[in-house]
Amino acid sequence: MELSWTKAKAVFAGALGPPLFWLVLFFLVPLGIVWAYSFGHNVGLTEISFTGTFANYARAIEPLYLKIFVKSAWVAGLTTGLCLVVGFPVALAITFASEKAKAWLLLLIMLPFWTNLLIRTYALIAVLRTEGYVNMSLGWLWHGGGLIAALLGLKPIGDFQPLELLHNNFAVILGLVYVHLPFMVLPLYSALDRLDRSLLEASLDLGAGQMRTLFRIVVPLALPGIASGVLITFIPALGAYLTPDLLGGPDSQMIANVIERQFKRANDWPFGAALSFVLMYLTFIAIAIQALMSRRSPEAR
Amino acid sequence: MASARKYPVGPLEYLRRWQMQAWLAAVGLFLYVPLIALMAFSFNDSRRNIVWKGFTLKYYDKAFHDASLIEAFGNSMTIAAVSTVVSLILGAMVALVLWRFRFPGKTVLDGALALPIVVPEICMGVAMLVFFARVMPWPQGLVWPLNLGAIIISHISFSFPFVAVVVRARMASFNREMEEAARDLGAGEWRTIVDVILPHMAPSLVAGALLAFTLSLDDFVITFFTAGPDTVTFPVKVYSMVRFSVTPEVNAASTILIVLTVILTAVALRLQGDPAVTAGHAPAADKS
Repeated sequence: MELSWTKAKAVFAGALGPPLFWLVLFFLVPLGIVWAYSFGHNVGLTEISFTGTFANYARAIEPLYLKIFVKSAWVAGLTTGLCLVVGFPVALAITFASEKAKAWLLLLIMLPFWTNLLIRTYALIAVLRTEGYVNMSLGWLWHGGGLIAALLGLKPIGDFQPLELLHNNFAVILGLVYVHLPFMVLPLYSALDRLDRSLLEASLDLGAGQMRTLFRIVVPLALPGIASGVLITFIPALGAYLTPDLLGGPDSQMIANVIERQFKRANDWPFGAALSFVLMYLTFIAIAIQALMSRRSPEAR
Repeated sequence: MASARKYPVGPLEYLRRWQMQAWLAAVGLFLYVPLIALMAFSFNDSRRNIVWKGFTLKYYDKAFHDASLIEAFGNSMTIAAVSTVVSLILGAMVALVLWRFRFPGKTVLDGALALPIVVPEICMGVAMLVFFARVMPWPQGLVWPLNLGAIIISHISFSFPFVAVVVRARMASFNREMEEAARDLGAGEWRTIVDVILPHMAPSLVAGALLAFTLSLDDFVITFFTAGPDTVTFPVKVYSMVRFSVTPEVNAASTILIVLTVILTAVALRLQGDPAVTAGHAPAADKS
């Protein structure tokens, strides 16, 4: 049984005091200030007056910025979808693997997850750039194909044009999938691992095929886990800063890049604050939707 | 495996189907080829860094003699170490309170504690920027490591709630009868915590420490907003190098950090014996 706090006041206060103090002073207060700034406006270079205006929010939903919000949500959604498609079979394979293989496969998924995000993004740059490994391999194939064509007496196929794989939307989505795949696989695995296997066996015994079993039995039962995997992938993808910054081109900015610019370059803190809070509200909406979804399915508990 | 092959593939043995194996292999290649290529080419004796020209350690030599890189690396390690210790203490304390006591405002505290985990990094970054610029300006020109204070504080703020989550998941499997037994045998509140509860908590403290350390070492965005010109961390340094160009020195520096991560993970796994625990996979924590 949980103890009432009045039973051991000294221990309660001693253990709660420091973390609570830290949380309030070094997290809630800073967020509160940003929130207050979002209702203010710039007076002079560094002065900000709190006028209670909604002008910053009005500006945040102007078409220019609205487009970036929609685009960010779209990119994050596509990333999440791709992660789900790529990650689901992986989670399924891990779930039904032998104990030993399971440990190794989990480690295989987790190692990139522990590796520094910046380093992984950098590794991707080296693969994708014009003189990168992908283009080099394609160049070799092209060259080889040219040689064969020459041997066969066909006309030369011309020089290899390197593909532009970096600094565009393709690179951003590939990078986001690359970075967030473990975020999807781990919750999926943890949901699938809790499934009652006899239900799957029953379905297969009664003549349903693998695909039918998958979509009629596994997916509905694992829905809460899928929902939490989607959420865990979608939230960081929506607020991604580094990936669009390093892999994206001029037209692949996401909302985090715009926020950064307001604070570091444009020096329009109130507007940046408003954008941050719109992003935060979007995050909370995503969490609320997920909470509602998992409440609706009775098998969740 | 060789003997298992004699039997037909069972309906649920997905891992033994070739389609599944091909899919796993493709995902494995996708996840690992860029990282392995990065590490391999840090040993390549060519500046253009694309065609293999022979083995060399000169970029490691260069990286080790790059004073600013070493300083950034030292800063990152110091920040991660201090942040881990403080996060561990704060996280364990708050987890203990939430697990043990019934008190008014518990739901609110629970919610507030989840905030640093779910709030987008960029929002937390700007909050820290504003806080340290306007409310509590961190004095410039302090001696090392005091000049890292602002970064350390923000790292603790986002790390300790993660520690609390891991510790709480572990405490859920605690048998309260043990505590009652201790109390019956005359142990006081503190004594019970130190002799009965803490030993049960220990594996989650290891997992929490590893998590806090990696989170701190991994963080770029929040550090980017709190770091001053004279407090460069390793990710911030690599960022400025990457913006400039892809060079073997960055590969060498990155390889060192990757190897360090792998070692840390291996140590943590050895200490706990169950890889699922470090993934924050709560049900597995009940097994050990």
